[in-house]
Amino acid sequence: MARQRVMVVGGGLAGLSAAMKLAELGIDVDVMSLTPVKRSHSVCAQGGINSCSDQTRQAGDSEWKHFDDTVYGGDFLQHQPPVKEMAYWAPKIINLMDRLGVTFNRTTEGFIDRRRFGGTLYKRTAFAGATTGQQLLYALDEQVRRWEVAGKVRKYEHWDFLGPVLDNHGVCRGCVGQDLVSMEIRAFPADAVLIASGGCGLLYGRSTNSVMCTGSAVSRCFQAGAKYANGEFIQVHPTAVPGADKLRLMSESARGEGGRVWVPRTPQDPRNPRDIPESERYYFLEERYPQYGNLVPRDIATREIFDICINEGLSVEKGRQCVYLDLTHIPRQELDRKLGGILEIYEKFQGVDPRVTPMKIFPAVHYSMGGLWVDYDRTADGGLRSASPTNMVTNLPGLYALGECNYQYHGANRLGANSLLSCIFDGLFAAPGLEVWLSSRATAAAEAPASLFESEVRRQQACQQELIRRPAGGENPYLLHQTLGEVMTKAATVVRRNPQLRDALREVEELAARAKRCALADTGQWTNQNLVFTRALLDMFPLAQTILRGALARDECRGAHYKPEFAMPHLTGETTAQRRAEADAWCTRFDENNRRWLKSTVAVWQPREESVQLSYEDVDTSLIPPRPRLYGLVGAALIEEVWNQRVTAQLARVP
Amino acid sequence: MAENHREGEAAKTFDVRILRQAGPGQASYWERHRVSYEPDMNVISVLQKIAAHPRTADGQDVTPVAWDCNCLEEVCGSCTMVINGRVRQACSALVDRLLEQHPDEIELRPASTFPVVRDLVVDRGRLFQALKKVTAWVAVDGYYDRGEGPPQSQEEQEQLYPLSHCMSCGCCLEACPQYARVELTRGVDESPEEFVQRQAETYDRLFLGPHAISQVILFNSHPTGRHMSSLRLDALIAEGGIQLCGNAQNCVAVCPKDIPLTTSIARAGRAATVHALRKWFDV
Ligand SMILES: Cc1cc2nc3c(=O)[nH]c(=O)nc-3n(C[C@H](O)[C@H](O)[C@H](O)COP(=O)(O)OP(=O)(O)OC[C@H]3O[C@@H](n4cnc5c(N)ncnc54)[C@H](O)[C@@H]3O)c2cc1C
Ligand code: SF4
Ligand code: SF4
Ligand code: FES
Repeated sequence: MARQRVMVVGGGLAGLSAAMKLAELGIDVDVMSLTPVKRSHSVCAQGGINSCSDQTRQAGDSEWKHFDDTVYGGDFLQHQPPVKEMAYWAPKIINLMDRLGVTFNRTTEGFIDRRRFGGTLYKRTAFAGATTGQQLLYALDEQVRRWEVAGKVRKYEHWDFLGPVLDNHGVCRGCVGQDLVSMEIRAFPADAVLIASGGCGLLYGRSTNSVMCTGSAVSRCFQAGAKYANGEFIQVHPTAVPGADKLRLMSESARGEGGRVWVPRTPQDPRNPRDIPESERYYFLEERYPQYGNLVPRDIATREIFDICINEGLSVEKGRQCVYLDLTHIPRQELDRKLGGILEIYEKFQGVDPRVTPMKIFPAVHYSMGGLWVDYDRTADGGLRSASPTNMVTNLPGLYALGECNYQYHGANRLGANSLLSCIFDGLFAAPGLEVWLSSRATAAAEAPASLFESEVRRQQACQQELIRRPAGGENPYLLHQTLGEVMTKAATVVRRNPQLRDALREVEELAARAKRCALADTGQWTNQNLVFTRALLDMFPLAQTILRGALARDECRGAHYKPEFAMPHLTGETTAQRRAEADAWCTRFDENNRRWLKSTVAVWQPREESVQLSYEDVDTSLIPPRPRLYGLVGAALIEEVWNQRVTAQLARVP
Repeated sequence: MAENHREGEAAKTFDVRILRQAGPGQASYWERHRVSYEPDMNVISVLQKIAAHPRTADGQDVTPVAWDCNCLEEVCGSCTMVINGRVRQACSALVDRLLEQHPDEIELRPASTFPVVRDLVVDRGRLFQALKKVTAWVAVDGYYDRGEGPPQSQEEQEQLYPLSHCMSCGCCLEACPQYARVELTRGVDESPEEFVQRQAETYDRLFLGPHAISQVILFNSHPTGRHMSSLRLDALIAEGGIQLCGNAQNCVAVCPKDIPLTTSIARAGRAATVHALRKWFDV
């Protein structure tokens, strides 16, 4: 057999960890990326990466608790075996990254230091200042460069993935890409293609994501028949700094290191924030969530900030929504050591020193929990079978999804500092399974009939020609993108309502139709960014529709998906008996709702109708039974008590 | 712009002058665009506006200007260009500040030390090749679980951390008088692979640049990275090595990540001298 190769699309943490591990296993790897891999979006990650550690263990932590926090934080919407496996790998992953030279912050004695992140009570998060993603990415970039020198890895940087090549059994045999400099389109035979192309924040116009996060690679797989799951779960990060081109993240680590969120009790109090006395400040997260305080999970913090500004009118500024994120009580030296990177960003882009003046922040679209649907191979004890080619494979054999574009780990809401973990875990864990997949193949992709690849290249060339030949004066792709972003941000972020979602769907369909009439301002064949952008825009619509349809269909509240119409009530009864009856009804409703909605949304693209078809898949919750997520609900203690009684009673009935 | 602002005219605008070039080997030319002012703009949002309406100040329709960017928060190193005569990142170049320095007009040029691909996009492949030459990685045994890495004091971490921030933007190379531009073109009977090979060999003979010298210090200071010190020092004293640095210190002045390049260069210089002497006596 000719030599086999694996194509990795994307050189963020997920793609690079896969590439280096595959190379170690002796497999030849190609890495394709829009940007030089060292410039991938992972470089933006600030706060850190989670695992339990020897120290948290002594405070009662364990891998199991990390697993539990992750599924609880995600409102139980994830299949539990992959999450469990990831949590058990986490300490090993941090050790590996440490060995690769990541400059994690240290304790006085020289151990890796940890900070606390949202949705947990333990200090699990390892960090390298406030530039953890950059440091992790560089370590992997360096290792992949090492394999490049050794001849195991070839990089195709400044290349755009145009789509998978499927044979007539629907098996992925490679892909087609375009050189962004020469605009050459060519096929890459590959015995497996791994999509590690990150998130899709650009669907929302401005977000905390980098400009390459268009979701284009994922959408092209989706349109080729790959399933997409849980699209409606989009994380809106509570704390970002609004900007004209980007909403720049202020990492959760700012709160992890003691940052406090507040607004003046007097609406739009004109005083300098530092002159406002404690008694006239409303630390609303601390007051409403005494246990977690400023570190409630993201979906909750986001909704509260939204609520304070929109419903209570307590925004710090008049014409603009924002609240204070205050670090000014923390010593400057400590701030510089632990948060230097993000404070510099604030200072550089806002011209204000956040060590002296509280920052002004507002929520922004940040992360997609949804992504390509993938399978997994469960062991009897509820983990993942190692070296199984079933892990992380999409419904198209040979096509895999890793990193942010894999839907598997974060359910309805991702906990901070769990994404970097899931990305690296994916790459390391998938590689041995791919080795087995390759050895099971009878022929190498390089030996597949040339016509298979040629016809796909011709199809792509024809698509491009069609774009280039459109008459001038048509729709403007940049303006359509802006409108798409506005529609999505209005309808499918923090608070969702069915009439708005229905309108948004109609508007997105109209925009998609208009985008078919986009004209290019550049019809040349050299570094044509206009063409690349327009093509990415066209591919945004199928994903935008998937998000909106999923959100419209899901009549409940779960994690980041919040529809006030279906919110679970607080307990309001006056007497204990009344409240107990309410709690009982609450639990019944919770149970019924789970039976209806504790399911992954699975979307399939229907090319002829150009629309999305949804179905629902049961979630494997066999390890940790779902329980109500009660952060901050009035009557939480009572509901918990009633719920626990029910669970005990149920267990007693099981023989 | 400032004038307009004071007079309170309806449409506040400013001009952007861009040095354009359609492709390698083609002549470059200046083009002027007029952009309507908005608060909180940076050079990337200016370029986005121009992309959406590619029309010059005198009303001619043109092809959109090409440029590189990704993170928009000065961590990815993509958007290096020469703005009002100074090499820097476009995403952190705030329009208000630029207009304060130089009212009415912003000037954008591609970095001149790298070959132009198109307009403001340059080919920085040489910068990454230098990272290969100096073995800029920790040569671990492999990626299986082997427990924790070597412990490190806070002091060591605080020394390594700034050095590991180099985002390969190339600002330092644009500023360095010793880093001269080379532009190779693919021969007619040369395959892409042969061309890449020839590029790498050519780059390896030329000055490797302050960013790579600083990476030598980073990895030679790391408890495990240190094991390959002498290989890295070999690269420093080879052709294109540290001896070419004239100590002009231009590099450190422009580094957007404030990497202590001259400190690294001084340390590397001493280490290289010792290394060369030792080699001398060994043979
Ligand atoms: C500002 C910010 C801060 C964050 N902080 C944290 C944190 O502290 N902790 C945490 O756990 N998570 C954090 N996250 C989330 C985390 O950074 C991302 O989820 C993660 O980095 C994604 O990595 P990835 O490998 O999946 O993809 P990315 O790093 O996004 O890389 C995608 C790759 O795919 C390539 N690509 C995309 N499309 C194509 C195409 N069509 N053709 C070819 N190549 C393509 C790109 O060039 C790139 O190389 C943060 C996210 C943001 C936005
Ligand atoms: S100090 Fe050396 S590397 Fe830096 S600019 Fe001067 S010559 Fe170049
Ligand atoms: S040393 Fe500084 S200027 Fe030079 S490439 Fe690195 S970050 Fe850029
Ligand atoms: S866009 Fe990343 S540094 Fe400017």
